[in-house]
Amino acid sequence: MSTVVAASNLTRHYTVSRGAFAKPATLKALDGASFTLERGKTLAVVGESGCGKSTLARLVTMIEQPTAGWLTIAGEEIVGASAATLKMLRPKVQIVFQNPYGSLNPRQKIGHALEEPLLVNTSMSATERTRRAREMMASVGLRPEHYDRYPHMFSGGQRQRIAIARALMLEPEVLVLDEPVSALDVSIQAQVLNLLADLQERHKLAYLFISHDLSVVRHIADEVMVMYLGRAVEQGPRDLIFGNPQHPYTRALLSATPQPDPTRKRERIVLSGELPSPLNPPTGCTFHPRCPWRFEPCPVVNPALLAHEGSLVACHAVNPPPASTEAA
Amino acid sequence: MAMLEIENLTVEFKTGSGYFRAVDGVSLRVDKGEVLAIVGESGSGKSVSMLAVMGLLPWTARVTADRMSFEGQDLLGLSTNDRRRIIGKDIAMIFQEPMSSLNPCFTVGFQIMEAMKEHLDLDKKQRRARAVELLSLVGIPSPEQRLSAFPHQLSGGMSQRVMIAMAISCNPKLLIADEPTTALDVTIQAQILELLVKLQRETGMGLVLITHSMGVVAETAERVSVQYAGQKVEEQPVSDLFRDPHHPYTAALLSALPERATGRRLPSIPGVVPGQFDRPPGCLFAPRCQLATELCRTTAPPRIMGALCHYALKDGVPQGHPGKEAAA
Repeated sequence: MSTVVAASNLTRHYTVSRGAFAKPATLKALDGASFTLERGKTLAVVGESGCGKSTLARLVTMIEQPTAGWLTIAGEEIVGASAATLKMLRPKVQIVFQNPYGSLNPRQKIGHALEEPLLVNTSMSATERTRRAREMMASVGLRPEHYDRYPHMFSGGQRQRIAIARALMLEPEVLVLDEPVSALDVSIQAQVLNLLADLQERHKLAYLFISHDLSVVRHIADEVMVMYLGRAVEQGPRDLIFGNPQHPYTRALLSATPQPDPTRKRERIVLSGELPSPLNPPTGCTFHPRCPWRFEPCPVVNPALLAHEGSLVACHAVNPPPASTEAA
Repeated sequence: MAMLEIENLTVEFKTGSGYFRAVDGVSLRVDKGEVLAIVGESGSGKSVSMLAVMGLLPWTARVTADRMSFEGQDLLGLSTNDRRRIIGKDIAMIFQEPMSSLNPCFTVGFQIMEAMKEHLDLDKKQRRARAVELLSLVGIPSPEQRLSAFPHQLSGGMSQRVMIAMAISCNPKLLIADEPTTALDVTIQAQILELLVKLQRETGMGLVLITHSMGVVAETAERVSVQYAGQKVEEQPVSDLFRDPHHPYTAALLSALPERATGRRLPSIPGVVPGQFDRPPGCLFAPRCQLATELCRTTAPPRIMGALCHYALKDGVPQGHPGKEAAA
């Protein structure tokens, strides 16, 4: 298995102006994420709004540069890379956005939307580009007559097929899927998930699958990273995360997800309170104000992501800090 | 006698190319203290039928029904003034997008007290006390200060709590919640659902929950009505629906859920919901149904065991079906 994306301690901070007289604040959108993504595998990033999922997508697609840490794509380091290297790398990572109603140009015909990546990045002839676009349309389940149509003539599911087709035009190695099915209805969602599974098998694609929907993640992912306020709180193989979750936040997320089974009654961990603002995160473990397990070290020390039974967990209750082990 | 009774409700919208039937012969009844879920994909007419009850449809809509009554009072022939006495007091509604349903120009307190001023015989001081009481009831911390907050100062979950406080301010007998948690994060969704069910139990009001999520239905509802393309295709108590769906659409919808998947491929429903111009003459689901026969394609189906289908399923077996060969 070859690694296509590797990130270590990947960080992105933004400086936010708070008016003319206040000192600008630092927003830690992503605060140290480490992962590797292999060919033909799916890494799912799970979390609520504001947890840094989309920032991660922007870094991996090279839309933005990280402020710290390192990121290699197809073996090339991208921090401090020359413009030429970045240009060479960009076709290898493509992205599918959440809202297929907003991500397609309403004045561009589908055929042209699909050909545009080739026009920008390759020196193919116009006939060759058209041929490739038509081939791609067939492989994602669009009919040939759709070539000359405009986005408004398609339903949500078909538009998402078009967005996927466009992302695949440059034969990327990595596809970043930013909530690709959350705007779709259940019956259409199943169609798109099947298409994604087929394409992954056929092209040996690596997926970075960003989602807040745990049932979809459980279906599609190989590895899962659960994020909270810019940090990974738990990371590991899918079966471990879903079968034996360790971090209280992962447990709460799992128990909060409604299950379509009225016979199953279970203890629901309802988290009190809301996500704190990432501009002013809590001290220590950022989850501690909402955590049912919090104890002395939580508001003081930020827990590191440590190995625990096959997965990585950042929690003092799971991996006790040295001081409290002595006391115990 | 049921609290809300709707028989054969049809809503048509005037469009540039004739009338479009958004709701097609829907019958519903909601009893006191009952939780009814209306589930369906986008375009299935679930919101429109409830907006018709509220009288909130635009003038382009044509509403007809054999009967639409609330506590024995006919809602169709009601004058605007008489309707105002019921809507917002006895029947209240929570809308899908909490952020855009609140008026950004007025404080939260003003908006909550507005309905009370209209419907209840309270003076200003009493209204204020009631607003504080409501905000603490829906779980908003420091309610006195929140009264003077503007909607933009609140998060999505908080806005939805304010919407709920507003809806229950006049002790409604029937609360209609239109996708109350769709725009919210999973952990906040769990809090809001818990709150709605708790309020429903404490006050004994009827609750109509409009949703597209089978998970939400399974965890909150007592009775479920499934809508497809404007028609009610099935109605059953929640546990029976999940155990033994009678309509092929419900069955297909349930098996398309990632939670119920066994293999890598999900059993998806081919095609899309019919629009204005491709409404089939017979059963509306026939073009996407695996069991459809010539009879389904030409004749509108009867209602068998509460399901609108020629060959309603019983324990997964279509009743009276001529066999798979005839369905090709």
